Amino acid sequence: MEEIIKIENFSLYYGKDQALKNIKMNIYKNCITALIGPSGCGKSTLLRSINRLNDTIDNIRTEGDIFFENQNIYSDNYDIITLRKKIGMVFQKPNPFPFSIYDNVAYGPRIWGINKKTELDSIVEESLKLAALWDEVKDKLKKSGLSLSGGQQQRLCIARALAVKPEILLMDEPTSALDPISTRYIEELILELKKEFTIIIVTHNMQQAARVSDMTGFMYLGEIIEYDNTEKMFTIPSKKLTEDYITGRFG
Amino acid sequence: MKKSTIKKNIIEKIGITLVSLSTLIVITSLVIIFFDIISKGYSVISFDFFTTFPKKNMTEGGILPAIVGTFYVTIASAIFSVPFGIMAGIYLSEYAKTNKFTTLIKATIKNLAGVPSIVYGLFGLGLFVTGLGFGESVLSAGITLGLLVIPVIITATEEALKRVPDSYRDASIGLGATKWQTIKKVLLPSAGPGIMTGIILSIGRAAGETAPILFTGAAFYLNSLPGSIFDKFMALPYHIFTLSTQHAQISKVRPIAYGSTLVLIIIVFLLSSIAFFLRLKLRRFGGNK
Repeated sequence: MEEIIKIENFSLYYGKDQALKNIKMNIYKNCITALIGPSGCGKSTLLRSINRLNDTIDNIRTEGDIFFENQNIYSDNYDIITLRKKIGMVFQKPNPFPFSIYDNVAYGPRIWGINKKTELDSIVEESLKLAALWDEVKDKLKKSGLSLSGGQQQRLCIARALAVKPEILLMDEPTSALDPISTRYIEELILELKKEFTIIIVTHNMQQAARVSDMTGFMYLGEIIEYDNTEKMFTIPSKKLTEDYITGRFG
Repeated sequence: MKKSTIKKNIIEKIGITLVSLSTLIVITSLVIIFFDIISKGYSVISFDFFTTFPKKNMTEGGILPAIVGTFYVTIASAIFSVPFGIMAGIYLSEYAKTNKFTTLIKATIKNLAGVPSIVYGLFGLGLFVTGLGFGESVLSAGITLGLLVIPVIITATEEALKRVPDSYRDASIGLGATKWQTIKKVLLPSAGPGIMTGIILSIGRAAGETAPILFTGAAFYLNSLPGSIFDKFMALPYHIFTLSTQHAQISKVRPIAYGSTLVLIIIVFLLSSIAFFLRLKLRRFGGNK
């Protein structure tokens, strides 16, 4: 398998608190990688380090490197703006902008200078189709994104992220605010998207990790305790802590 | 019923009576003031009242120059205060780091909104009229009024932006937008109604103020409209002030004074209504949820 991201001895501090400790892991192309672990273990922080979204928080310091396509994204003159175009993100709570469905999806392409209507139209359609939302919204693209149900809003956010044609999709507990049926839709969608994208998903739900992911990383107190093939992790974990967590003994 | 329950019920009743009575008193006095002004002022209201100059030492004629002057000076204050106010609000909400210094600045700005307006008037006289040599003019008065309302606009902008959820910022930055693109394309449109409310309310305040324009450009009487920003002007609030206290035949000009008051109240009321409806709209679309 081809590595797309290499995380090497990466640490992150919020002020004096160390949130990530010497993280070492490789993310493989066209794989779904799940990050699991109890609340506050640093999985979201790690995810937000991969597109450098943590940069927006004051008082943050990092050590170590993260390589994307063999370039260190933490080197001084790395182009973070382009990085974020190539590494899209979907958040815990559906967060469509208070704009129309169309404008939500077209937001990213417009930021990147695409203004021709025909071009935008086809990007919007293509992205909504990829996010399995097109059939439900094709007749009401002018309606507010906020008028959709929670599950539809989350798929709209996925479409918005896909519209700038990323290579990697970071998903931060994308179904935690959704009902079981919407969750199933999103999971099916994630498996579908795997053909074209590399996906890293943070989840609280171990069944979800087992259902959708190829690789699973278990994090605890800012460290990667174990990182392996999902099947192996959930059947014969090599660490006692992992076993305790996935069998529900804590967390 | 238990004795203690009866006692509780009585206290409850007294409480409700007290608060409703207070509300009633406040509303009644407002209604009385309004009706008093309407009843004494409506007789002079006519088309000519809006379109002609005062005549015969202001005992007859209309209030055109006062309306136009108020309009000019309010526009001048908005041109000065709105851009600076919004930009300062953006800075404080989006760029300024949270530390003791910025907390102090924010507290100072909020306190500035409470400085008596006559202080602004004297400040304007010292700085713009004499210091910078703008003279008593639309410009001096406009900037003085602008200074008066800028804290309100800054605070309204800052608070409207703060109400925009961080998840919008994350989503936009996460797509590769710069901070400025995010502000321009997501935050300002989402915070728009809140900012507009602040602007309109402050314009209403600027239109109704007397003290800040007293020494900075308002005139007792002019026989022509201001031709440039360096001219003096007549203004509704000052016109009402002169007709009520400075005129030689106060009883004779009373109806005109009330008529002018009515016009001023209606202008301010219209502005407040627009702000009110904008806020309603904001709530309905839930843009800032």
